Parts: sequence; structure tokens; C-alpha cells
Amino acid sequence: MDYKQLSKKINTKKVLKSGHSTCPGCPIGIIFRTILSATDEDVVCCGATSCAEVTTSIYPYTSWNVPWMHSVFANAAATISGVEQAYLARKQKGNIKKKIKFLAFGGDGGSYDIGLQSLSGALERGHDFVYVCYANEAYQNTGSQRSSNTPYGAYSTTTPAGKKEFAKNFTEIAIAHNIPYVANANPYDLVDLYNKAKKAFETKGPAVINVFAACPTNMKAPSNQTINISKLATETNFWPLYEYENGRYKINYKPSKKIKIEEFLKTQTKFKQILKSKEDIKKIQTKIDNQWKKLNKKSNFT
Amino acid sequence: MNMKKAISGGEAIAHALRQIEPEVFAMYPITPQTPIIEAYALFEAQNKVKTKLVRTESEHSALSVAIGASCSGVRATTATASQGLLYMYEMLGVAVGLRLPIIMPIANRSISSPINIHCDHSDSMSAIDQGWIQMYCENNQEAYETTIFLQKLIEKVCLPGMVCIDGFFTSHTVENTHLFEDKDVKKFVGKYKPVYDLLDTKNPITIGSLALQDNQFKIKTEIDIANNLVPSAFKEVSKEFKETFNKKINLYEDYFASKSEIVVVVLSSSAGTVKDVVDKLRRKKISVGLLKPKLYRPFLYQEYKKVFKNAKKIIVLDRSFGYGSVPPLYKDIKLCVSEISRKIEVFSFVYGIGGRDFYPEDAEKIIASVIKK
Repeated sequence: MDYKQLSKKINTKKVLKSGHSTCPGCPIGIIFRTILSATDEDVVCCGATSCAEVTTSIYPYTSWNVPWMHSVFANAAATISGVEQAYLARKQKGNIKKKIKFLAFGGDGGSYDIGLQSLSGALERGHDFVYVCYANEAYQNTGSQRSSNTPYGAYSTTTPAGKKEFAKNFTEIAIAHNIPYVANANPYDLVDLYNKAKKAFETKGPAVINVFAACPTNMKAPSNQTINISKLATETNFWPLYEYENGRYKINYKPSKKIKIEEFLKTQTKFKQILKSKEDIKKIQTKIDNQWKKLNKKSNFT
Repeated sequence: MNMKKAISGGEAIAHALRQIEPEVFAMYPITPQTPIIEAYALFEAQNKVKTKLVRTESEHSALSVAIGASCSGVRATTATASQGLLYMYEMLGVAVGLRLPIIMPIANRSISSPINIHCDHSDSMSAIDQGWIQMYCENNQEAYETTIFLQKLIEKVCLPGMVCIDGFFTSHTVENTHLFEDKDVKKFVGKYKPVYDLLDTKNPITIGSLALQDNQFKIKTEIDIANNLVPSAFKEVSKEFKETFNKKINLYEDYFASKSEIVVVVLSSSAGTVKDVVDKLRRKKISVGLLKPKLYRPFLYQEYKKVFKNAKKIIVLDRSFGYGSVPPLYKDIKLCVSEISRKIEVFSFVYGIGGRDFYPEDAEKIIASVIKK
């Protein structure tokens, strides 16, 4: 799969149509178009309350060309559980013959925070679905409030002096459920995202993909910088690309030279305050280095 | 031939659900609802039902699962009580707004704090204005029949519905219960015909959209209209119920109420206690009767005006408070009476909070105190 083939695939499927109202520079469109083009089966989606929900489903319009439902903020994974069980019941009765794949999604608010319990329940029960978290580092739908995925030091409207805590490691939480497939992805590498989505759809049982979703509105960065900033997130090991498949870790990309985290922080005005403190930057760098070391150890071990 | 079984109220509901056989049953334990899900889990383990059971990690997820399943063209259910109902409160409005016929048995229990596992109605009373149909049951037989009846009613009006039974008093008390034939129940509820189907991938639909001001107003108004259609739909379903089971399900029970000067209004199991007292007092030539609303939401303001045609004094017994206002059943009855030009006095009593026993002597004392007033 190269970019040319991928773009052809995306344009043929047209699961998420133009006309939605995401902000300029928002990666939600490319993330979902890429993921949903990664299966040839029919797909049914459930979304948590989030940017991707409100911008695509303003009644009586819809941007979704696949069956799609939204219920509330905390329950995307529980909702898809019910949908999947109804499908299995109907399949058993011969009421439905075709194969259907199921996808649930939420932002980091709906995944790391309010929806974590419902997701944990669904992963433990082992439903056959793909969960996508598009991690845009704050409650963007309500205007940039702090989430547990807001990075250390970042400005948000509820941490105006900068966040004092590091982000939660959602990907590792998902892995701790001992499910068949978990991945970290980033839309700067769409082919990697596509391959991971393909694997996730082909996985029998739950699969989770945590996608870095650089939000220009949240980052306070120019809207044409989304992909450049996304790339830096991975190049600095802030958002490593890796996957966990049937008990084995695999790092998908190892930066050839070390780029300091400062280079990533500098691109976003939300880190303006933290950039003034050498001590804080050191703290962030140490944390990233340690996490990267740990990840390498795990991938070597398995 | 009908079967007679000595079972608890919770098991009676489980049997009704077994006969309905929803495709998906989301379950999460909470006392005193657990006899329902435990009995059903056993049916599934014994291959008596093909239902997919989803043992969720919370009540919020339980109703969410039922909602997801219900959107996907199947019958779906869950059951709860007390804190569980409050925990899924957010989902109540979604089930209504998406117009999903989800049936949900409630074993009424007090709410925290203080924590208490015993019966009162403060849980389901906190949800009376959400658009769910609510039916309250006096005993196991009623619980069983109401569940079957309500399944059909909710599908007719595209609204979800709660079957409320008194926690422990009904949920755990073993009584002789007549069960209908499985095939008759299956015939009565019929094949499920969903209004829409998320799994129709050829005709993709979007469910749960964001509705802005004008559309929100329209959609919410439709729910109000649907609620107003419930009493007439109830009568239609009641007719079909009679045809199938040769038994009538009424909107309410008028136990000498329309013939009496003193009318006691009470829900659920305490109605049985009050009926005994009514019998005793009527033998003493005291003009007293009982009104037991079975359908509590929507409330039957017009019908009850007729029931109160001879009433001079009405005693409303609520098993919950109405903090900052008055208890809910009293409020409804008072509103109903306010439309009657004749002067009727209405008295409010709160009883049985946290499962405190309600004896015939208590009912007698209340009635005697009102007679003196």
C-alpha cells in the first residue's frame, strides 16, 4: 500500500463525506477516512460525544455514509457492545447473512476519562470491535479544557497556568486488558495508520488504536502545521508508533537521530509558559526518554 | 393449560422475559433486583433462551448496551433498582429520545444517603418526568402479566417502559403465580418490527444526531405527543391481551373507589394491605374505597376525575418524599382534583420509607384520623 493506492481507496469508499464542520487543519477527517477504508466489509460505527460527533451529524444532515450512531459521552464502547450482540443474535437466527465490522470511537475525554470504564468493560468482555481514540489532548468540543491526556505544562482553559501532571498512558491501559491488538498511530504516516486499522479490523475480538490528533485550535498553532507537528510528536518520541499484537510489542518506527522535545513544544503556543522553564523541559525530556527506554525493553523482550 | 408456580416476584418477571425472549439482555447486579437477572442467567445456561446476555461493568453501560441493541433491530432489556437507576439516569432520556421500546423492570428501593436496600419508591419517582411509561405492580401475578403486557404497549407507542415492583415485598416474596403458555406469550408479543435498523448497511442511517434549537423543540414535542397516546394504546393492547389470555389488564384498579366518600390512593404492594382494611371498614358501613393506579406515567387525570365522582376526602399514600415540594402521587392527585368543581379534601401521608413495614393498623389509623378531620 502506498499513498497513491491509499488515496484511491479512500476516494472510492467515501465513508465520511465532505461538508462536515471540523475546524481548519483538523485531522479528524483524514483519520476516519483512512481507518474506515481499511476494510472491505460493511462497517457500523458508534461515536462518543466529541468533536467528530458534533461536526458530522447536525440534524437533519449527516456526513456519514455508513450506519452511525451517537448516544452519550461515556458509553461508545458499551453502545457498540449492544450493537454487536444484536448483530450476533440476528446472525444466529439467519436474520442477517452478511459480515459486519464494528467501530467505536471517542476523543481523549471520551476514552481516557469519562468513557474509560465502559471501554474497559467492553474490552474485558471481548466484543469483536475496533475502538479508536483520537487523542487531541483536551476537551476540544467544549473549548480546550484539561483532560487526563493534556500534556504536562500545557495551557488549557482549566489549567491556565499549565498542567501540573503528566498524561495518562491510555495505550498501556488498553494493553493491560490482554486483548489481541493495540496500537499507537499518527496521521502523519497514513500508510502505517491504514495498516494498523486493517489489522484491527481483521482481529477477532477487541482492538484499540490510539491516534495522535494534533488539534490546531487546542495547540494554538497555524492550521497548516497539523501534519508537521504530528510528525514531530513521533520524531521526538512524544508519541511513539508501536503496536501490541498477541502479546508482542513492536516499535514501528525508530527515529534515526534524537530530536529534543523542545522542538515539538516550540511549535505550539499552548506550551509557551513551560518553555520558559528549563527545569520543566528537562522533566518532560526525562519522562519521554524513560518511556522510550521502557518501550524498547518491552519490544526486545517479546 | 396454564402453569402454576411458587416463585418470587423477580422470578415471575424473569419468566415473562423468558417467554418474550429478547435478543439482548444487559445485566448488572443490584439488590433487590438481582433475582430477575439471576433467574434469567439460569434460563440461558439451561438453553431455555437464545438471548445474548451482556454482563456489564455498570448500570450506565447496561442501559447503553440495551440502547445500542435496540437501535440494531432487536428486542433488548435490562433491569435495575435504586442507585442503579440513578446511575443510568443519563441514558433514560436517550432511550426516550431515540424512541426505543426497551422494557426495564425496577425493584423499587430507597436511595442513598443513608444507604438502605429496602423498599420505597424514591428511585423510580425520580424518573417520572423522563418520558418512560411506568406501571406499578401489586403482587407477583401482576408483575408477570404487566411485563408481557408492557412489552407490547411500548412497541406500539415507541417509548421505553418500566415495570415497577416493590423491592423484597414483591421481588423476593414467593407467591403462587399462574404462567401463560410460552406459545401464547410469543403469539401475543409477535415478531418484532423495528421502526429503524442501524444494521441495515445498504441504507445507512445516522442515529443520535445533534439537533439545534428548532429541531430539538420538534423532537421533544413528539415525545410529549407519544406520551399522550399511551392511554388509548393501552386500551387496544388490553383488548388483545384479553383475546389471547382471557384476562383483562386495567389502567387502574377501582376498588369501591368510585362508590365511596373516602378514597385511599396507593401504588404497588401496599394496595393489597389497604384492600383488606377497606373490606373491614365497609363491613362497618364506612364509605371507603381504594384507587390503585397501575399506569402511573403517563398520569390519567381525566379518568381519575370519574373515579372521584363520589369522593369527599382523598387520602394519598406516597412511598417517597417530594423534597421542597409535596410527594409525587399527592401532587398528581391534587392536580387532578383541582379540575373538579366540587370541594374535595386531599390528604398526604408518606409511609414505608426505607422498607418500614406498613400494617393494616397503620392504614386504619390514617383513615380514622382523616374521618375525624
